[in-house]
Amino acid sequence: MSRAAPTAAYGTAGRGARPRRRALLRWSPLAPATVLLLLFLAGPIGYCVYIAFTDMQLTGQESTSFVGLANFRHAFGDPAFLNAVVLTLVFTLVSSILGQNTLGLALAALMRRASRPVRTLAGAVVLTAWVLPEIVAGFLLYTFFERRGTLNAVLDWLHLPSQNWLFTLPILAVSFANVWRGTAFSMLIYSAALAEIPQEVTESAEVDGASGRQRLWHITLPMIRRSIGTNLMLNTLQTLSVFGLIWAMTRGGPGSRSQTLPVFMYDQAFLKSLIGYGTAVALLLLVVGALFSVVYLRLLREEV
Amino acid sequence: MRRIAPMALLTAAVLAAGTLTACGGSGGDKNTLKVAFPKDTNNKVTVRDDYVELVAHAFEKANPGKKVELIPIQASENDYYAKIQQMMRSPKTAPDLVYEDTFLINSDIAAGLLRPLDPYLGKWADWKQFEPAAKAAARGQDGRTYGVPDGTDTRGLWFNKKIFKKAGLPPDWQPKTWDEVLAAARTVKRKVPGVIPLNVFTGKGAGEAAVMQGFEMLLYGTGKDQLYDPATKKWVTGTKGFRDSLEFLRTVYGEKLGPDVSDALSPNIQTNVATELMPEEKLAIDLDGSWLGQQWQPKGGGKPWPEWPTVLGRAAFPTQHGAAPGKVSLAGGWTWSVPRQSQRPDLAWKLIETFQTKHNAVEWCVRGAQIAVRKDVAADPAYRKSLPGIGFFTGLVEISRFRPALPVYPKVSAAIGEAMEAVTTGDASPKQAADAYDEQLKSIVDGRTVAKP
Repeated sequence: MSRAAPTAAYGTAGRGARPRRRALLRWSPLAPATVLLLLFLAGPIGYCVYIAFTDMQLTGQESTSFVGLANFRHAFGDPAFLNAVVLTLVFTLVSSILGQNTLGLALAALMRRASRPVRTLAGAVVLTAWVLPEIVAGFLLYTFFERRGTLNAVLDWLHLPSQNWLFTLPILAVSFANVWRGTAFSMLIYSAALAEIPQEVTESAEVDGASGRQRLWHITLPMIRRSIGTNLMLNTLQTLSVFGLIWAMTRGGPGSRSQTLPVFMYDQAFLKSLIGYGTAVALLLLVVGALFSVVYLRLLREEV
Repeated sequence: MRRIAPMALLTAAVLAAGTLTACGGSGGDKNTLKVAFPKDTNNKVTVRDDYVELVAHAFEKANPGKKVELIPIQASENDYYAKIQQMMRSPKTAPDLVYEDTFLINSDIAAGLLRPLDPYLGKWADWKQFEPAAKAAARGQDGRTYGVPDGTDTRGLWFNKKIFKKAGLPPDWQPKTWDEVLAAARTVKRKVPGVIPLNVFTGKGAGEAAVMQGFEMLLYGTGKDQLYDPATKKWVTGTKGFRDSLEFLRTVYGEKLGPDVSDALSPNIQTNVATELMPEEKLAIDLDGSWLGQQWQPKGGGKPWPEWPTVLGRAAFPTQHGAAPGKVSLAGGWTWSVPRQSQRPDLAWKLIETFQTKHNAVEWCVRGAQIAVRKDVAADPAYRKSLPGIGFFTGLVEISRFRPALPVYPKVSAAIGEAMEAVTTGDASPKQAADAYDEQLKSIVDGRTVAKP
């Protein structure tokens, strides 16, 4: 737009009708896209917002009426909701920020040093987990962590004590599952970012006698700071909305020990039939995502 | 980078909104009937699929030009309910005929999802063959009837006589109290290691099966009106019966008399018990439904088990301390209903009639191990000698109790499931779980509760 503005000013010399028409003309190729966006993005979201303020139910009640903030008040007084928020934060922190992000960076750094066949092989293996559909990954990891599953078979073979994490520590089990599945994405982002670091900078640091750890801390990390921010944001938003993986592995249980917000939302909306309340929770999930985004954007804005 | 902010928000919004959108579909042409019914999560169990297909073929043959499109929904119980409710909301996706659990039907009637069938029933000669209790099963609060039941079921104890013999227990076992049930389970645990002594369904995974077969079989044996008080039309809180029933579960799972807790809470436990634990003789006593035999039929059963009639014994489930009538059973069942949004209700009714020709009705009771709800079916010799034990379970019908047939019941049931799960995992004591249930109940029924300490 910055280039278009002076052009318009030359031609119109103060009259208002033509720039408006030109602006309209410029927008016209975008019109179908705008309409589609409004229809398929803004529409459902608007409908969602509306439902969140009603007592709509899947069954048991025929009419739907406007209830104001009742759903939101209910949520904040609902221990199950607060439990879900805490579990969501734990899940996001462990699996996305600590797990996928750190592991992805480590893998990317290691792969740069590795020989070509190792790189190809490792890359393929990690990517496979990412390419698998969520529900397939969910069932695979269910059979891995399950009491009579692969992990325990291996542990037995090694004469190590067996685990039953799907029952005792389900939130950790689903977090591991999410790390397993999502690390490839971070690895790809960081591989690209690391490749962008100019060789000379690293080399001159090396000449100046910087140790490996110093180079990582003072050169590599600051230079890929923006990629870290982008990656964290995308990872977090993806992780916040993970549903299929958890549903396939634990259904949020046992009890509500792995009931993150998306699972809680499904449980309320479709199993308890409280569509209105479930949608309100969905909106609150959106707020949580927005809060994370704001934090990351702040971090990104700071100049080094 | 800054430009990402709105995009990120939008992404978050879309992700959130995306999970709540339902799928679409077309209404179909006027000669095709869409029939939705649940399919067992075990692929090998095709009892209902086979039967529905059989009737559909008969219908297509008798009505040239008409087609029946089957929509088997393979899901756990709760997911099935959620799925059909979503389908029934829109004329584009609504099936023309749907298989409704009587546990849910009053809720779906209140939601306006179903069509009253009275105009058809009035002209239908066979309707007078139905038992009065069965006719009432699908009657709404408005007095109209919304479904035609195709069978009922009762509940009791199944036990493995071979395991009992090893444990030194009698083959004609009939416990008189809860303690006798637990005592037998403890004996099995002591004398026959490697066998699960007693299965009582519990938790949220098994859904209504846990609440009805597990919890209510206990609760209804603790005293009168422990769940809902029909006199005051209020739901009951704070009863000793409720706490005692949870205590029973804690004993079963705390003393490891039941299946491993993580298995017990899995949504597949019902299928597991019927197609693995029972036929592989790894379970001594099972508190379960009368229909269990359908799973072991040579054709369509998930696990054909020809020896079961000689291996398994049956006993009525006792009341807590043996109070009269000494045994407890609950009756449920399913109906065929026509969604309000169906575009072809007349044709759909014709298909219900086909399902309920006497021949087809007998066929289903035999194949599905159902207890007949029609007098002519009950008298049919093919039905009477269909499965061993049919006489025993039919005998339980007269003492069988019903769940409160109210629209709000499914939500109460979900709250009970949560209380059961909390006690089973050990996250809460029976008292804590019962208190949490009372709190939840008050909000579910808008305070229409009465305390019965």
